[in-house]
Amino acid sequence: MSTLVIQDLHVAIDGKEILKGLNLTLNTNEIHAIMGPNGTGKSTLASAIMGHPKYEVTSGSVTLDGEDVLEMEVDERAQAGLFLAMQYPSEITGVTNADFLRSAINSRREEGDEISIMKFIRELDSKMEYLEMDQDMAQRYLNEGFSGGEKKRNEILQLMMLQPKFAILDEIDSGLDIDALKVVSKGINQMRGEGFGCLIITHYQRLLNYITPDHVHVMMQGRVVKSGGPELAHKLEAQGYDWIKEELGIEDETVGQEA
Amino acid sequence: MTVETKLALTEQDVRSYSSAKQEPSWFAEYRVQALLAAENLPMPTPDKTKIDKWNFTNFPVHSVESTPFASIAELPEEVKAIVNNEQKSVYIQRNNTPAFLQISEELLAQGVIFTDIFTAVREHSDLVQKYFMTNGVKSDEHKLASLHAALLNGGVFVYVPKNVELVEPIQVVFLHDDAQASLFNHTIVVADANSSVTYVENYLSTVPESAGLVNIVSEVFAEDNARITYGAVDVLAKGGTTYVNRRGIANRNARIEWALGLMNDGDTISENVTHLVGDASYGDTKMVVVGRGNQKQNFTTKIIHWGKHSEGYILKHGVMKDEASSIFNGIGKIEHGATKSNAVQESRVLMLNEKARGDANPILLIDEDDVTAGHAASVGRVDPLQLYYLMSRGISKQDAERLVIHGFLAPVVNVLPIEGVKKQLTEVIERKVR
Repeated sequence: MSTLVIQDLHVAIDGKEILKGLNLTLNTNEIHAIMGPNGTGKSTLASAIMGHPKYEVTSGSVTLDGEDVLEMEVDERAQAGLFLAMQYPSEITGVTNADFLRSAINSRREEGDEISIMKFIRELDSKMEYLEMDQDMAQRYLNEGFSGGEKKRNEILQLMMLQPKFAILDEIDSGLDIDALKVVSKGINQMRGEGFGCLIITHYQRLLNYITPDHVHVMMQGRVVKSGGPELAHKLEAQGYDWIKEELGIEDETVGQEA
Repeated sequence: MTVETKLALTEQDVRSYSSAKQEPSWFAEYRVQALLAAENLPMPTPDKTKIDKWNFTNFPVHSVESTPFASIAELPEEVKAIVNNEQKSVYIQRNNTPAFLQISEELLAQGVIFTDIFTAVREHSDLVQKYFMTNGVKSDEHKLASLHAALLNGGVFVYVPKNVELVEPIQVVFLHDDAQASLFNHTIVVADANSSVTYVENYLSTVPESAGLVNIVSEVFAEDNARITYGAVDVLAKGGTTYVNRRGIANRNARIEWALGLMNDGDTISENVTHLVGDASYGDTKMVVVGRGNQKQNFTTKIIHWGKHSEGYILKHGVMKDEASSIFNGIGKIEHGATKSNAVQESRVLMLNEKARGDANPILLIDEDDVTAGHAASVGRVDPLQLYYLMSRGISKQDAERLVIHGFLAPVVNVLPIEGVKKQLTEVIERKVR
């Protein structure tokens, strides 16, 4: 079993503090959902864990099985077993999806032990089929000209090909129609099990109808303010966030950033 | 034979070189007149690059003698890597020596002429005279063009007769493995009416540093309804300066498509001009460049529209690292009367270091109302968010940069018509950006 521990995490962007002492512990074989209204720091959490260049961790710690994640370069975090399905994946001209994925897989293997092309193509084909993706997407340039839904599927394809210990899904459900949502959920559910932990960031309960979380957390003002089981998500769906604000005496749940 | 020279050649030197090559008298006279004219002609003036301190006139020897190759098996490994075994028609020049020629039966049967420039001047004198520095590059344009004509010491001649459509590409390798050698190569590619040809040339230095000069002129003629695809990968060593002028003339409904990988390590002035003379002619220039060290380069690509309904496209991508600096001049010119023409260009420069410099100058000169035109240009650095995205999948920073750079250059690399040349260009890029 692996464990990702986030302790008292403070994160700033352009000098402005967004996360203000966040605590969270994830184990493999668990699915956590982080919910919360817009502007409460959910995506900042995802970016800070992965090491986005614009986000500055001002204090606190993130450890993966005791190893200091914040000391690692972005690629080392991925090598250690972290994965972030991004809300806005970059488009990279001239680099095919397949070449990119093969480079990513080989980055985890020793020189001389690269994945055979045949094996790679077999795996890629079967996973693309599972995600109902057009086969020609393997030869298209990475995310270039992909629709919103295609980009999200492509993130899940990468997740399935790379098999990380922990995946963070940053609003993977935004902009997806119901069919795409089902396909994306199917991919995540297939990953579910021993050796895989997941943190789903969303502000809709909708996705959680297809992926039942073990734990649900609510973020406000840059912290986790409430945690519970799947029933918490249902209550939020039915009643919104106001009851939590009332319960905790919060007037403005955001961390005060524009956007 | 070897002609020794100190600073410049005399008229007598030029005459004796010409007679040793058994050139017809018109060619010898052309050389001599060009030599005499050179003295008073001005240097070319590439926009935004000062070249008055560059050496274009001093070189150790005019011509060196090299050993020819008896078969493909004898070729050096670097050349074998780009000449595919299945390549049917290939010419190899070693420094200034015609070193190997193989031409397929099919080409011969169709009347295609494919030979070194000296043989062409001797055996196809009328045809060469028709095209040599008459309508393409003229010897009196500037000093370098006239010196080129006077000192010509290599090159190739390709003529594809009317209605002959060649499927197999023609390949030429200019191997530079003698540091003393200077290359004054002249290439002529003619596709007569309704014909088509794919021509791919490589300039390849296998010496680390060169003492010689390079002054190359290519003239490319697509007659009515003809199609020419011209691929070139230049990988010349640092040391000597290079002037390279590749020019195309497209007649009615003809197409000229260039795919140029300009990877020289020395200071380079490159000029690529396409004249869209005929109505409905089409020109497409794709070019990639990688600069490194402290080399200075100037790349001018120009498409001039004379014919109605002519279409010209320029796409240039350059990567600059270390302290390399480059000027990218892109010019689309639409002459009066070229109605319904379309001139489009795009220049992108990626700089990898603080001290690297790249300037993109898109210019549209339009002398006609009823046309369309457009340009896009950008100069920037590798996008940190792209690197972050790639690295978040476990790819190292170095590999991520490599992927982004290869991707950036891919639009040109991918259109090179010979697999070996494409692979070679990819490897050269890899080596240069590392």
